[in-house]
Amino acid sequence: MDFLTILQILDSTVRLATPLLLACLAGLWSERAGIFDIGLEGKMLVAAFFAAAIAYTSGSVWVGLLAGIAASMVLALLHGLASITFRGNQLISGVAINFLAAGLAVVIAQTWFAQGGRTPQLSSDARFANIELPGAATRIRDIAQQGPLGQTYSELISGHSILVYLALACVPLTWWVLYRTRFGLRLRAVGENPAAVDTAGVSVVGLRFAAVLIAGVLCGIAGAYLSTALSSGFVKDMSAGRGFIALAALIFAKWRPWYALSACLLFGFFDAVGNRYQNIQLGEFIVPVQFMQALPYILVVIVLAGLVGKAIPPRAGGEPYVKER
Amino acid sequence: MTMKTTLMGAAAALAMTATGALADGPAIIFDLGGKFDRSFNEAAFNGAELWASETGGTYREIELTSDAQREQAMRRLAEAGANPIVMAGFSQATPLSVVAPDYPDTTFVIIDGVVDAPNVRSVIFSEHEGSYLVGMLAAMASETGTVSFVGGMDIPLISRFACGYAQGAAAVNGDIKVIANMTGTTPSAWNDPVRGGELTRGQIAQGSDVVFAAAGGTGLGVLQVATDEGIFSIGVDSNQNYLHPGSVLTSMLKRVDVAVHDAFTTGAEVATGIHVFGLAEEGVGYALDENNAELITAEMQAAVDTARAAIIAGEIKVHNFTDDGTCPVQMQ
Repeated sequence: MDFLTILQILDSTVRLATPLLLACLAGLWSERAGIFDIGLEGKMLVAAFFAAAIAYTSGSVWVGLLAGIAASMVLALLHGLASITFRGNQLISGVAINFLAAGLAVVIAQTWFAQGGRTPQLSSDARFANIELPGAATRIRDIAQQGPLGQTYSELISGHSILVYLALACVPLTWWVLYRTRFGLRLRAVGENPAAVDTAGVSVVGLRFAAVLIAGVLCGIAGAYLSTALSSGFVKDMSAGRGFIALAALIFAKWRPWYALSACLLFGFFDAVGNRYQNIQLGEFIVPVQFMQALPYILVVIVLAGLVGKAIPPRAGGEPYVKER
Repeated sequence: MTMKTTLMGAAAALAMTATGALADGPAIIFDLGGKFDRSFNEAAFNGAELWASETGGTYREIELTSDAQREQAMRRLAEAGANPIVMAGFSQATPLSVVAPDYPDTTFVIIDGVVDAPNVRSVIFSEHEGSYLVGMLAAMASETGTVSFVGGMDIPLISRFACGYAQGAAAVNGDIKVIANMTGTTPSAWNDPVRGGELTRGQIAQGSDVVFAAAGGTGLGVLQVATDEGIFSIGVDSNQNYLHPGSVLTSMLKRVDVAVHDAFTTGAEVATGIHVFGLAEEGVGYALDENNAELITAEMQAAVDTARAAIIAGEIKVHNFTDDGTCPVQMQ
């Protein structure tokens, strides 16, 4: 395995980890405020559909992104309404959102485009192009001619869509807001002890809605990334369980932003390795492709069972807040 | 158990009443890739539509959304009086072998699978021969001496594509390196363009500059990445040259539309047994149109046409992977 191969796997890791990272951060915001969110998957899916559909009809990928975010926020609002205002069970509301999204996206796609529940293929204007940083080679064949530094720069650092850089920027931003601002302090307090926040005269309901909506925005970006950057168009069930892997990453990361980054990169790396090495031959024995493709999931189980240590969720997570009277 | 089966049957029947109440017409069942996969199922759909526009007739259709529906879809159509019932996709073979004996008066046509029953017509394509031709084109277009293949689900049928492709490439350039990857091992592998794209990037990184996608809807992701990275791609089943003109080198045509059209036109009297559509029957081939006219040079075309004639005449034997499960050309 040469240096360029390693770089290419890392490059693939970054691409595959981006939707996980955005969804994981969305879950982090929501759960830090005490609202469990297993509807990440559904919100991503709906955002992926609307981003692709509107990008196709308007011809502008940015309008598509906004539409995806808006659709995801509508579902987030629904989740907020059910679990904050009406104090319903947060897990059930999340499950409902996943089912709603999986069905709704396909039905609307069929009605609008009549192509069997998918959107038409997007032209290059309606997709996020890869950003080429100055001085970077773009094609893999040119990159192979460069030296190690140039290869690292061209392959790993340059050549991602703007949403990848945005997702990476969200990590320090999330950390700063949660740990260095008044809003963040209150938000974390709401997830630990909402009564104390209420006593201080701050609206618990308001803070929780804010957190749920921020989660909606992040899921919206994640969905738009899937359909308009990673591929060109929406297909049925394209989120393919990424929302749930993001939840696993969130637990692995113990609800902390920087840990979330490393957890998502790790899961992305497993996926990239599984894609790249399908037929490994060890002497006479060939490792079956089934094993390589199951590897990411096996490793998720091993990591969660053995390496995570003690993960303590926010104390008030999952419980609707009822003012004592 | 009986109760459960009855209930499930009733639920399925309810779910499928929406397909309309037309007796005696032909019917078609599409596989999980979806009717508009721009590839295999879409070719089947086009054949049915051609029949409908020629005769003004109507046909029933069911688009499967999960494996569990297969048998119920067949029974539902057979009980409603549809005849013949055409089904696209090898996955239908096992349920059909159960269903076919129960409806001896109905003719079933299965594409890509073989079911040994007196009322079943099994249509098989010689994909290895068509793939051989596009493999030759790939090897002639390649500058790096490395070409690659992305398959859908890891099944012998798709290995037949891969093996034919590798043999064609090796016939042009004995030193050629052929990289072959499969998208997955479950039917969802037919519809995963993101993974298809990632596999393609990996192959390009290993030097490939022509990629052949035989992967249904997944192939759309392969062709997209090939266009983005500036290499050639080869489409499959339907003519996919128009998807990315200038980047799609050609398409390996598999005339599923002809098979469906034939069955619909002949109707219930269609001959049963195994029917092989090869190069000689124009069942497989490569696509040449205005979108790739500039990519295929006259000498490439001449070489491929010579090989085509030689295969038909029996002078070149293309090894069929499904005969013995091995391929004479080493793939990575």
